[in-house]
Amino acid sequence: MFRAASGKLGIVLQQQTLAELSRATKRFGAVTALDQLDLSVGAGELLALLGPNGAGKTTAISLLLGLQQADGGTARLFGRPPHSVDARRQVGVMMQEAALAPELRTREQIELIASYYPAPMDVDETLRATGTLPIARRPYSALSGGQKRQVQFALAVVGRPRLIFLDEPTVGLDLQAREMVWATVRKLVDSGCSIVLTTHYLEEAEALADRVAVLSKGRLIASGSLSEIRALVVRKRITCRTRLTPNEVARWPDVQTVNLDQRGLHITASNTENVVRLLLDADPDLQDLEVQRAGLAEAFSELTREDVQ
Amino acid sequence: MSSALSQSAVNLTIPGESMPPNRLLRAYAIEAKYETLRMLRAPAFAGPFLLLPVILYLLFAVLLFGPGIAKDPRGALLTFMGFSVFGVMGPGLFGFGISVAMEREQGLLKLKRALPMPAAASLVAKLLMSMVFVAIVMATMAAAAPFGHLRLTAAQLLSLTVVNVLGALPFCAMGFLVGSISSGKAAPAFVNLFYLPMIYLSAILLPLPKSLQWIALLSPAFHLDQLGLAAIGEASVGAPATHVLVLAGVTLLFTALAQYRLSRVG
Repeated sequence: MFRAASGKLGIVLQQQTLAELSRATKRFGAVTALDQLDLSVGAGELLALLGPNGAGKTTAISLLLGLQQADGGTARLFGRPPHSVDARRQVGVMMQEAALAPELRTREQIELIASYYPAPMDVDETLRATGTLPIARRPYSALSGGQKRQVQFALAVVGRPRLIFLDEPTVGLDLQAREMVWATVRKLVDSGCSIVLTTHYLEEAEALADRVAVLSKGRLIASGSLSEIRALVVRKRITCRTRLTPNEVARWPDVQTVNLDQRGLHITASNTENVVRLLLDADPDLQDLEVQRAGLAEAFSELTREDVQ
Repeated sequence: MSSALSQSAVNLTIPGESMPPNRLLRAYAIEAKYETLRMLRAPAFAGPFLLLPVILYLLFAVLLFGPGIAKDPRGALLTFMGFSVFGVMGPGLFGFGISVAMEREQGLLKLKRALPMPAAASLVAKLLMSMVFVAIVMATMAAAAPFGHLRLTAAQLLSLTVVNVLGALPFCAMGFLVGSISSGKAAPAFVNLFYLPMIYLSAILLPLPKSLQWIALLSPAFHLDQLGLAAIGEASVGAPATHVLVLAGVTLLFTALAQYRLSRVG
């Protein structure tokens, strides 16, 4: 897992990189999906890739899996080009949009995918570990949306991969199934497996990730530990109808952004209590006051705006 | 669950990268098994292609033209050969065309490309599936032959089955190309653009007017029909080597075009 390197200060353990994008650029016509993106996944870590729709998360994963070629920069998987089958034999994948063969039963799907790997888990062991034993004999076409996701998750883990890509793994799952996926993911990471998780759910990243990378418009706009990222997105949004102008409010302390639309004034602030107090003092006739925690997508789009500015 | 995973964790650390040859072979076998099983479980696919050739053969050779065919041994043979080739065309053209198009559309092909599926496993599995279907079609045709006033020896039936099972390959390649171009919904219509004209223009079921007979030379179905006749020692048009070359050429050309298309577009 770790590579030893000697130096003046003695032996330094350097974490092995399993997958890496360096200065990767990908364009689709006039749209730049990835813009000189640097991203690496270390051994035994769970990296959550976050960002709004169209941020480039799926494109980044596609380059790392060899499904698409970068227009510029490089993608490496286990030190090899990603289309190398030897590299992909150490990888498990759960894709968002893949529809499996509707005629095959769960057990058959698992047996088929297991056959691609040199030393896979036993089919029964996989069924038990992923909670798919009760649906082992049911054809894929007869499964609910959540059950289909569970089968896809089972296919991602059956090969005992060292690195697993999970693209929105818990969309459509009920609470119990989601807990089971999370518990399995934690056990996989504990056993040394690395995971790249893309998700829209902040709580999913919070529950699982060691490190978070935030993408927007194809660029890495923030990367760090959970607490570091959380500090960036702990903001609140205030909405109200007021006679105050955006320019006036923008000058107040703790105010980060101000926008005006037909629903009223929208303010994001790091200390909402202070801003609400100032609002009520400055405009006693203020109406429709609402204070909300900013959603992940909103926080990210704000991060992006700041990044561009 | 925890015991299963903690037990697996011991072995999960560093699996080997290379695939032992026996496991590689097993991967191909399992892919082929499930591809065939999938198609057999899809009644809309399996029904028409397994049963239609023999039903149509019995309709024409027994019910409609039985008395005429009874007095015309060559006519009985050509009718049997024509419906056999008709039975060879369907699984390859439709099996490949529609399933590749659907798998592309639904993301299954992409998932398998992301997974370490052996490079040619999907292609080989679909070829074998089509060949299994053709073998079943040939078994039903052989069983029906006596009702069509046809007496073929076991050796002749065996030779013809071998030729026709291998003869599925060019039709698989044509279906493969259609599947690599078309969407899942459009695939049946696209395949029919090949299938229906080819049935008529290859003259396997109905003779062509003299002025159009040259068109048959362009059709793999015609060459397979003639190769089958040669294989059972009956009079045929053209040299068997020419037919083999044409069928092999069609297979290679269409497969290469489809592979090129998939490598560029996915």
